Amino acid sequence: MSDSDIVQDFLVESYENLDRLDRELVGLEKNPHDREALASVFRTIHTIKGTCGFLGFNKLEKVAHVGENLLTRLRDGQLTLNPELTTTLLGMVDAVRQMLNQIEVSGQEGERDDSALISTLGRLQQVPEIPQKTQAAAPKIPAEAGVARPIGDILMQHAGVTQAEILLAAEMQRAGDPRHMGEILVEQGAVRPADVVEALHIQQASRAQGTASDSTIRVDVGLLDKVMNLVGELVLARNQVLQFASWMKDSGFVAVSQRLNLITTELQAGVMKTRMQPIGNIWGQFPRTVRDVAVGCGKTVGIEMEGKETELDKTIIEAIKDPLTHLVRNSVDHGIELPDDRVKAGKDRSGCLILRAFHEGGQVNIEISDDGAGLDAERIRKKALERGVITADQAAHMAEREIFNLIFLPGFSTAEKVTNVSGRGVGMDVVKTNVEKIGGTVDVQSTRGQGTTVRVKIPLTLAIIPALVVTCGGDRYAIPQISLIELVRLKADEVGKGIELVHGSPVYRLRGRLLPLVYLNRELKLAANTSSTTKDDSAVNIIVLQADGRQFGLVVDQINDTEEIVVKPLRKQLKTVKTFAGSSIMGDGKVALILDVLGLAQRASVITETRDRAVAEKTAESALSDEEKQTFLLFSGPGDSRMAIPLSTLARLEEFPATQVEMSGSQWVTQYRGQILPLIRLSAVLEERRNKLRSLATLPALDSGPIRVLVLNHEGRSFGLVVDRIVDIVEARADVRSAATRSAVLYSVVIGDRVTEMLDIPAILRRASVSVVRPDAAYTPPEVVN
Amino acid sequence: MPQTSQFCTFYLDKLLFGVELKGVQEVIRSLDMTKVPLAPEVVSGLINLRGQIVTAVDLRTRLALVSRPADTLAMNVVVRSDDGAVSLLVDEIGDVVEVDENSFEPPPETLRGSVREMILGVHKLHDRLMHVLDIEKACQMADVTGTAAPAR
Repeated sequence: MSDSDIVQDFLVESYENLDRLDRELVGLEKNPHDREALASVFRTIHTIKGTCGFLGFNKLEKVAHVGENLLTRLRDGQLTLNPELTTTLLGMVDAVRQMLNQIEVSGQEGERDDSALISTLGRLQQVPEIPQKTQAAAPKIPAEAGVARPIGDILMQHAGVTQAEILLAAEMQRAGDPRHMGEILVEQGAVRPADVVEALHIQQASRAQGTASDSTIRVDVGLLDKVMNLVGELVLARNQVLQFASWMKDSGFVAVSQRLNLITTELQAGVMKTRMQPIGNIWGQFPRTVRDVAVGCGKTVGIEMEGKETELDKTIIEAIKDPLTHLVRNSVDHGIELPDDRVKAGKDRSGCLILRAFHEGGQVNIEISDDGAGLDAERIRKKALERGVITADQAAHMAEREIFNLIFLPGFSTAEKVTNVSGRGVGMDVVKTNVEKIGGTVDVQSTRGQGTTVRVKIPLTLAIIPALVVTCGGDRYAIPQISLIELVRLKADEVGKGIELVHGSPVYRLRGRLLPLVYLNRELKLAANTSSTTKDDSAVNIIVLQADGRQFGLVVDQINDTEEIVVKPLRKQLKTVKTFAGSSIMGDGKVALILDVLGLAQRASVITETRDRAVAEKTAESALSDEEKQTFLLFSGPGDSRMAIPLSTLARLEEFPATQVEMSGSQWVTQYRGQILPLIRLSAVLEERRNKLRSLATLPALDSGPIRVLVLNHEGRSFGLVVDRIVDIVEARADVRSAATRSAVLYSVVIGDRVTEMLDIPAILRRASVSVVRPDAAYTPPEVVN
Repeated sequence: MPQTSQFCTFYLDKLLFGVELKGVQEVIRSLDMTKVPLAPEVVSGLINLRGQIVTAVDLRTRLALVSRPADTLAMNVVVRSDDGAVSLLVDEIGDVVEVDENSFEPPPETLRGSVREMILGVHKLHDRLMHVLDIEKACQMADVTGTAAPAR
């Protein structure tokens, strides 16, 4: 083993130890007389000190040494842990951690000056003049790790045996008495048998603790991944063998394949477990975080954790660590009020933060709840308007829950003062981005005066999951069992009266409640030959699914079987297809896609996607051929005519004060999110060319009030379309059409009993850029330029 | 001594194409394919390559050629791209040819559009021209027509 290997091992081990120190110190602060914990803290520091001395890291050794001295006093009961001591000791842990970092990066300790820390540590270890007697008399705890405590020791502490009795018994043993210490003591009447049994248990426990490190080994994650993949293959091969076995009538073969089945299942569970880590691993540091932040802003906050043992894949654990830390800090800093305010509000002085983790619907839910003041919807609404994040129109129509979720937008912070923790408006959006990166969602709920709950939902990506295999349009699809609620089969003669229509949308009465139906073949735009499912003469298979708390029925051609499938992620490029969560290889070796129930539900508008996440996947052109229901944004064009665009082409709705509009050439522009956003005036594009040129060159009148802008993305370019008034967002079928009567309009359609013109966005862009960006020589120059 | 390199060649609509041999993992016959609904048009489907799920890209579609007659089976040229293995669907496999750099010429100016990005140039073989395909570009599944969802 080379030197650098030794250093590397030292680093890894020390980081782990330091994390444990954090936890133990915070725990000790609450319960300063926990001798076991003190002894463990002492051992940890002692180990670090010893190893750095051996490796020649002198500065590190010096810091660890004074820390150790202080801890010796604590351990021996000469001092009692108080908040000041805790803070200093935590400071020492941080200093050690920084030095380790430095060593990791450069191999050197660096030029740190820790004299202040060292002197504080030195000062604090001065024993107060009147030492607390009760503490001084406490017995010493053996400092060696891994060695079981002598039973005599335990009996002295727990069963009130005197030292003399123990010594006598030990003397007898030495003189050749073959009996155990406990037996001798019981015989002498010094102790009850039950006490000995208890002491033996304690001894056993301390021994187990000592050897825990010997029974674990470090394994490279890459190797685990490889093993995981191989097990995945094995599962597939097993599935194939099982299928084969069901054809063969050879009982010997069937027996063997069943054994193979059992072993594979167990192996798979075992290997899966190696990659899983309880979420407690990252929560472990939160008591420290909470303490630091709480002390920093003069609050007292307790933390409770539920579901620490909830397991997550290692990669996911790592990915959510930072977002969770931020959420926790945020809750303490913003969520929980100052102690005096809490008392005024009739609450306990110290706030409470509850972390909760559990599995639900194939996802891991993590909730961070505080019992603080809750979010102020009015203030967020005001702030959002001020920042121009939403328009007044939107603000008036937003539900409280939508308002709360505005806090996840970039640049948004309602904290009145900026602290070093939060209030700078960075953070919540980063939390959201990071969680979404791994396919999760963040949601916030709050009750004024009672607290706020942030819920993070994370999917299980890497997994072997049970799934229901269905057929639709000739291909098989797997539906994760977790989203599945029940299966309903309507016989041919029941279809007619079973499936009813609500204004064109099919629904099914499931035990008296209406269940919206989604036809898989229509959602996936599969070949038309599967339309048989809608005919009245064949049975209909309805799979009742749950997505985001809503139920809906998925109609498929055929329901096959349930199977354990290995989830293989889709390639990056295919991930844009939100309807699929992954792919898997079936028992016969063919590939099947795994349906993403949530994505499917969103696509089918069973649940509405949040506005800013709408992907501009449908252009106006494809809307022409699209016979299904679409969501449109309605607005007034010039002369109060009703116009619409598909909502999917819209990036945002904005409102700018007229003063923010500037001229660039003859083009209206505005500064928007650090970019220059060209503004195209709908009235100008649609009007006669002569009038248009006149109006183009002038800025809007300053007193004309804010201008309403639809921010659109087309082929990677953003631009704003200035409209007169935004009317509504409606879902409608765009099937009653007539040809366009003017250019820049695709067609006219009836939406909500009014003839509405569907805008042709590419055409508008063409028109606008021809006249604005590249002025044609044939044009007459503007007549009036004010 | 001019440098030589080896190319795996194949035909698409009677045109000869080549990709650098070192980027090719294997060449296999037509496999069962699972279609991916709603995916970009160039994605023909997913194939199971010995337990590995590989996306198949129809090069005819990618290169804006007429689509393959329904009765002919495509061959898979499995190439290694930055994002894992991708199978390129081609009409027919040709020989492995060794060419030197002197026979190379960049594509003519008249070759336009998205296809130009994918074709690095041509090698002048003695009887015909071999189009050199950029593997990375060819494997990108963004729709040539640009209707795929834009990357954020």
